[in-house]
Amino acid sequence: MSNKNEWPLWEVFIRSKAGLDHKHAGSLHAADAQMAIENARDVYTRRMEGVSIWVVESKNIVASDPGEAESMYEPANDKIYRHPTFYNLPDEVKYM
Amino acid sequence: MRIFVAIKFLRMSVQSFQEHFDSLIDREITIEPKDWMPDDYRKTLIRQISQHAHSEIVGMLPEGNWITRAPSLRRKAVLLAKVQDEAGHGLYLYSAAETLGVSRDDLYDQLHTGKAKYSSIFNYPTLTWADMGAIGWLVDGAAIMNQVPLCRTSYGPYARAMVRVCKEESFHQRQGFEIMLTLSKGTEVQKKLAQDAFNRWWWPSLMMFGPPDAESPHTAQSVRWRIKRLTNDELRQKFVDVTVEQAKVLGLNVPDKDLKWNEERGHYDFGTINWEEFWNVVKGNGPCNRQRLEARKAAWAEGQWVRDAATAYAEKRKTRKAEAMKAA
Repeated sequence: MSNKNEWPLWEVFIRSKAGLDHKHAGSLHAADAQMAIENARDVYTRRMEGVSIWVVESKNIVASDPGEAESMYEPANDKIYRHPTFYNLPDEVKYM
Repeated sequence: MRIFVAIKFLRMSVQSFQEHFDSLIDREITIEPKDWMPDDYRKTLIRQISQHAHSEIVGMLPEGNWITRAPSLRRKAVLLAKVQDEAGHGLYLYSAAETLGVSRDDLYDQLHTGKAKYSSIFNYPTLTWADMGAIGWLVDGAAIMNQVPLCRTSYGPYARAMVRVCKEESFHQRQGFEIMLTLSKGTEVQKKLAQDAFNRWWWPSLMMFGPPDAESPHTAQSVRWRIKRLTNDELRQKFVDVTVEQAKVLGLNVPDKDLKWNEERGHYDFGTINWEEFWNVVKGNGPCNRQRLEARKAAWAEGQWVRDAATAYAEKRKTRKAEAMKAA
């Protein structure tokens, strides 16, 4: 039901500090990528919460289906030997 | 025979989707955009989130009224920043509403045609500079009371938008309180201004929490779905208890002759709200309803050329880029 004159929707990702990941902040409408970056700065970084901005048109995001979550992630559930806590070491062993 | 089996399978699927959804709600697991959800859950959220968004945008108008007449440069910069934040809050909320499968243009259309509502507090006029203090202190204060529990609401995008909003809202309340403090510790004229603004904004702020629980049709289902974490009356009581203490610091009188500390309940008893006024304003007969809607519709209509120009410019940029690549 969207108006074809409506600006496309963009998803915004912000890196708040050097060294951190870009995190999804939300979405906004803009006519093109350049405008999306500028709008993202205005909407999501009024308090210096950003050193870097990524914008991606929402239609380009491919997401996994939550309905498939059970079968998709099931193999990982019973492999506890992937966690360090699975292994018992004598107390005398240091730095491991 | 195969058709019966298919329909029975479909019915079972919807039933199991419903059971899965209910178990997520019961286990306080957040619902995200791609999760299955009952139609009514989706509809309720679209209504609530979009009306919250409309409230932020319309809320820019009463305070925008005083930006050019703020008494100092500092007050002007601060008020401007607050109004800018409200625009930002509206945008976070529209963005959250859109994850539920509704378009921005449709939401604006609902606002402009009166199909969607916004918080009726913004249908009151801002008559003096002191109103800026009263609004920041009382209206933003009431909003914070409502929004903090919403940070734990069941729908992910709404909850995350609320976290962002709450971080920004506390400066709004502080700047308002600071204005009230300056006025109430100032000259006789300033004290009168502060008390007058308090008198006009107190009861409408209490009305912000909505009708009494007994008369609120949506509350039960919203609580069941963990959209709403506390009821209207619970939030209103909290607000009164907290704000009356703040009024003491200001040395201002709460305009309620029935206000009294109730030792047994451990809360303030307060007077009856004028529900006739509340419903009248909600129905569109408040002092500024028409004015607010006209302002919004005018802004949308007069901004058409900006939207068109941006789209045209984007096209131009795209063409130039394509030509540059061809030439290279």
